[in-house]
Amino acid sequence: MTTPVLEARDVTMRFGGLTAVRSVDFTVNEGEIVGLIGPNGAGKTTFFNCLTGLYVPTEGTVSYKGTVLPPKPHLVTKAGIARTFQNIRLFANMTVLENVLVGRHTRTKEGLWSALLRGPGFKKAEKASEERAMELLEFIGLAGKRDHLARNLPYGEQRKLEIARALASEPGLLLLDEPTAGMNPQETRATEELVFAIRDKGIAVLLIEHDMRFVFNLSDRVSVLVQGEKLVEGTPEVVQADERVIAAYLGEPFEGDPGEAEAAEVEAAEAAADATSTTSTKGDAQ
Amino acid sequence: MTEIAKTAPAARGLLPLPLAAARALILTGGIATAASAFLAWTWTSEFPGNLTINGYPGGLQWLTFTAGVLTALFALAAYGIKGLGWLLPAKNNAPLFLSALAGFAVTWYAVIAISVELGGLVNLEPGGYIAALASLLPVLGALSLPEQLGDDTKENLKAYITKAEKIPAPQPLAPWAERLVITVVTALGLGVFTYGIDTEYGELFIGYLLVVAFSMWALHTAGLLDRLSRLTAHHRGFTLLMGFLAAIAFPFTQTNDHYTNIGVNILIFATVALGLNIVVGLAGLLDLGYVAFLGVGAYTAALVSGSEFSRFSGVQFPFWASALTGAAASLVFGVLIGAPTLRLRGDYLAIVTLGFGEIFRIAVNNMDGDSGPDITNGPNGIPSIPDINLFGLNLGEANDIGGITLGRFANYYLLMVVIMAIIVLVYTRAADSRIGRSWIAIREDETAATAMGINGFRVKLIAFALGATLAGLAGTVFAHVTYSVVPNPYQFAGAAPPNSAFLLAAVVLGGMGTVAGPLLGAALLYLLPEKLVFLQEKSLLAFGIALILLMRFRPEGVIANRRRQLEFHETGQTDVPDTTTLTDEPAVTTKAGA
Repeated sequence: MTTPVLEARDVTMRFGGLTAVRSVDFTVNEGEIVGLIGPNGAGKTTFFNCLTGLYVPTEGTVSYKGTVLPPKPHLVTKAGIARTFQNIRLFANMTVLENVLVGRHTRTKEGLWSALLRGPGFKKAEKASEERAMELLEFIGLAGKRDHLARNLPYGEQRKLEIARALASEPGLLLLDEPTAGMNPQETRATEELVFAIRDKGIAVLLIEHDMRFVFNLSDRVSVLVQGEKLVEGTPEVVQADERVIAAYLGEPFEGDPGEAEAAEVEAAEAAADATSTTSTKGDAQ
Repeated sequence: MTEIAKTAPAARGLLPLPLAAARALILTGGIATAASAFLAWTWTSEFPGNLTINGYPGGLQWLTFTAGVLTALFALAAYGIKGLGWLLPAKNNAPLFLSALAGFAVTWYAVIAISVELGGLVNLEPGGYIAALASLLPVLGALSLPEQLGDDTKENLKAYITKAEKIPAPQPLAPWAERLVITVVTALGLGVFTYGIDTEYGELFIGYLLVVAFSMWALHTAGLLDRLSRLTAHHRGFTLLMGFLAAIAFPFTQTNDHYTNIGVNILIFATVALGLNIVVGLAGLLDLGYVAFLGVGAYTAALVSGSEFSRFSGVQFPFWASALTGAAASLVFGVLIGAPTLRLRGDYLAIVTLGFGEIFRIAVNNMDGDSGPDITNGPNGIPSIPDINLFGLNLGEANDIGGITLGRFANYYLLMVVIMAIIVLVYTRAADSRIGRSWIAIREDETAATAMGINGFRVKLIAFALGATLAGLAGTVFAHVTYSVVPNPYQFAGAAPPNSAFLLAAVVLGGMGTVAGPLLGAALLYLLPEKLVFLQEKSLLAFGIALILLMRFRPEGVIANRRRQLEFHETGQTDVPDTTTLTDEPAVTTKAGA
């Protein structure tokens, strides 16, 4: 068996008395798309931040292709793990091209001196970086907008640009934190294809997502995190069928569960309320 | 029907005059304003500038004359006179109104100043009344020009001062003609700038500022400044060369060492402001103690200058060595102060740097041998610093070059021009590189930047150290120019430059993240208290008011960085011109047409 791309062992994160992530073991293998789901507040993003070095895990280690990662974001990126953010964090006042060029930071070396002296090496490196960045922009379909400011892109394209920026660091593993949040169905479809295309480049993908159809379509394996602990892990079919998962999302039936009759009553009342509200809005429109 | 009329009202003037009459009024008014400068405005030469002679304008009258001529030229261009079309490419009304306002403002300012200073309207000669009336005419004429007006008076007035929305692309010029334009503009700029520095009294300086501000605004609304910046973008190297030559030419236009002294000081502060611009404008680190690095450079240079009051009075370094030592000392201090503080972000960093800035001044104040080690001579500082000896050339002595005497300050001025050129080069090259991009990325979003693999601390420390080094380099010259170094100027805020607040204001006022911005800001902020002697005690108040007004109306600074402009004035996708292909630099396409 080959070494996994990512291996988190016994990762625990405590904030004071609160344990956000409790001894989670987690692996991502080469060429795999893994989904990480769980209800709000389950600790998914905290776990992500532990993986990428934004948080120093209280216990446990994270290793990439067999080597343990130091808990420093820039070193994690350098090692080969790139990420996107749940709420888009582009460099809003830089152009699309510049955003991707910043992503190339770890793969280039030119420091202050070479920038000041502008030797042939500098020009060559700048040109190579730009070519690579343009390739990525072509890949995600934003090449025509290279000189736009990132802030002026529509929402869906900002998400794409964030992915391109992450890919620019030539990662072996890409972490996507809710890549389809706020997207319409078409954009979600496009993102799905994009993730497959990224996997086809040989990059493993780990994604947090709330859109279940998206996750189950994409993932080879899905892991469920509930209250900081890993509940289930397996193929989408297995996870979908697991009752504990449904319970975690919807809550367990409690005693005095409303009977079917009651549920029907509520439904009827809601339908009636809907009907009156629609007519009243119609009246306003006229 | 009413709907349509409301959305597109017929074009009309704010004042009910027919178009022909309005234009005639502007033209005649402009000529009359220029002519009125040749009349006597007052009877006594007590008012500075001597405005008493018929047929020979003096002081403020020259400014009125210039504004009148500009108005008349714009009026002729509006008539469509051949050869003047380039003045009004968009055929809009704003340039006419603003140039008329320039003449009006300076003339009425002069008339009111005469009446107030000499005690009453009786001091005005008929010429003064004529000038005031004549300068009013083009303003009224311009307000009668037809515009799309609504019911809101504020909006209506705005129509007369806003830039044309669509400026037709200029006719392609031959490259040599473009260079000629740049040369002429640079020469004009040098002339305007020299006039400003050479103004002898506060009234003239205020008049100068009024005319320059309104005229530049008029040129801006006409779209001429945009055209110029497109030209300079084509010929960047040539523009830089011309700017450099113009800067060198300045001392040759001066007969009085006093004004070259002002020039040196402006250059020193502009240099330091440019260094601060790396820290604040590019990397986004608010440093409120920046002046300390200028102080480190100045004190280091003073200590090794060979001054008999220096602790190491036997040591006398040649200038290149003392400049390097000063820069290196600042670098070391920059790293020492930066290493612990740069782990902080935002306001916390500002407070800590403010503290360190004050620590420097107080420490230097106490290192007099009584309360501390004997290094800096305490509050007495290190006086009688000898002049720089550069390659056998004593900068303290006047030299004759081509029949023009270059005094001590002119020598230092030329030295500073060279240093400034180096620093401009460092700034532009650093900004446009991998490290510059990572500075901007850190400024935009530090968390995202580190997640992209940028070692935030390291990159910030480089920016901080580079800024400190440049300030230290400027400081080494500063010590020699002022003959002595004392702790007092190196404080956070004070009435006279240099101080951290002044430098920061120069960067913010001029425009963060640009090269020209801090230069302009430093020049303005240095000249204002220098020229307006009556402000003295209130100059800090005046700074404050100016900054508040600027933040309200132009938060990106006088000279806007493209990024900043979009940041503060959300206008959608205006950053990419729709006429050019998106994959090409706009400059390249126009170049091909030239």
